[in-house]
Formats: sequence, structure tokens, C-alpha cells
Amino acid sequence: MTALAEIVVALLLVAGGLFGLIGSFGLLRLKDRMQRLHAPTKATTLGVGAALVAVAFHVWLAEGRLALREILVAVFFFSTAPLSALFLAKVHLFRDIPRDSLPPPGTGSDWASFTPDPPGGKT
Amino acid sequence: MPLRRLFPHPGLTVFLTLFWLVLADSWTFGSLALGATLATAVPLLTAPWWPGKPRLKRPLALLPYLGIVLWDVVVSSFQVARIVLFLPPDRIRSAFIAVPTSLTSPEAVALLAGTITMTPGTLTADISADGRVLLVHALHAPDPEEVRQGIITRYESRLKRIFA
Repeated sequence: MTALAEIVVALLLVAGGLFGLIGSFGLLRLKDRMQRLHAPTKATTLGVGAALVAVAFHVWLAEGRLALREILVAVFFFSTAPLSALFLAKVHLFRDIPRDSLPPPGTGSDWASFTPDPPGGKT
Repeated sequence: MPLRRLFPHPGLTVFLTLFWLVLADSWTFGSLALGATLATAVPLLTAPWWPGKPRLKRPLALLPYLGIVLWDVVVSSFQVARIVLFLPPDRIRSAFIAVPTSLTSPEAVALLAGTITMTPGTLTADISADGRVLLVHALHAPDPEEVRQGIITRYESRLKRIFA
């Protein structure tokens, strides 16, 4: 591996670590639960992403094969993170947030979390 | 058609087989056989929760969409980092914003909701019971209308062109 490639990989790793740190720092600094939900889903996304790109780069240049598995990790990450964030947000909607502080949908129906399922389950 | 019954989602079966091969990282006949078995079983077992098939008008347009989303994740991560590090906590203006969408396919709405969550600064908290409005929480939105318009013009309009 050339020196340049090593520098790129090292920079990506440092960037990944920095963003992970900023995400965790956000958990401490932001003041309510909805705000704190932003820090780990966001800055950390880029942190993990940078680390994965670094690994893919390293595998490609040092071992000479395509890092398909690392790309899959990113796919899993991007398809599961929104779900866990959504469920955490729903918990906060039920527990911490006054109903009247939410904007109405404006279409005549209410937000799904506060609407009982129709008999026989959802269709 | 029995073949249709065995493979309710042929595209998913192909996708899962490839997925398995990459995940196992072994391109042998054994992995292919195991992968194909799983890729047949999983769509069969999950078919009751997936009655319709996502209809893509322009499947290839998903690639530039993915590029735009990844780029936005990078750019707005820096914005969120700046808010977290430098903006005094009492000056952060968080807001719940109702974002109406005219997307009709459930897959398209799910993709839009996921995109909103993955792009920093906003996250999807709920959807209206009729599926036409998303409840979005913005970390710092001095102007909620700007966030709403941004989501509609940047993501929703593109998804509308991709999904039939």
C-alpha cells in the first residue's frame, strides 16, 4: 500500500472517530429527549460511514479485493437505524410530549400513534 | 400458476441470494444452494405482510437518488456537528413539523420517512393514520416552512418520479 493510501485511510479513521465523539457529546449536551435522538442517528451515521469507507479502501488496496461485505454493513445500518429512531420517537410521543404541542396533520385524520387500530387489525 | 406461488417476489429472491453470497463471502455451490433455499423460504414466510409488489416506474433513478442522499448525509452531518458543538442549548429551536406527501405507494412513503431520518437535522416521528402526512422533528429549524419545502422539493419530488 502506498503512503498516500495509508494517509487517506488514516484520515478517514480519524474523521470517523471524531464524528462518533461529536455524536456522543451531543447526547450529553442537547437538552430534551427528542433533541438527543438526533445526535446518535446523525453525526454517528457519518462516523460509522467514514470508518466503513476506510475499511473498504484498505481491503481494496492492501488485499486487492472488493469490500462487498463492508458495503453490506452500510446497507444494514441505513435500513435499521431509521426504524430504531422511529420507535424511540414514538415512545417519546407517548411519554414526554404534550399532545397539543404537536401540529395537526391537517387532513382530518390523527397521527397514527394516537389512532386505535380498526377491529380485526390493520389492513 | 404454481411458479408464482413458490416465488411471490422473484426480485427479492434474486436479491436475497446475492446478499447471502456476499455475506457468507464464499462463492461456492454450497453457499449458492443454502442462499437460494433461504431466499425462497423468506419471501414465502413473509408474504402475508407484503401483499403488494412495489411498482417502480424508473428503478435506475434510485441510484442517483441514493447518491443525493449520501451526499446530503455528509454535508448536513457537518451542520449538525456545528449545532451540537457551538450553538448554546437554549438557542436551539427544535420543532415538530407536519410534512404532507402525495406519495401513495407504502414503499415510497417508507423510503421518504427513512431518508428524512438518515439525513441529519430531521427525523420522522410518526405518520398520520391516513398515511398522507409525516410528523417530522427538526433539531434546529428557525423556519419550519423551509424544512418542509426542502423535504418536498429535494426528496419527495424525486421519489414520485421513481415510484409509479
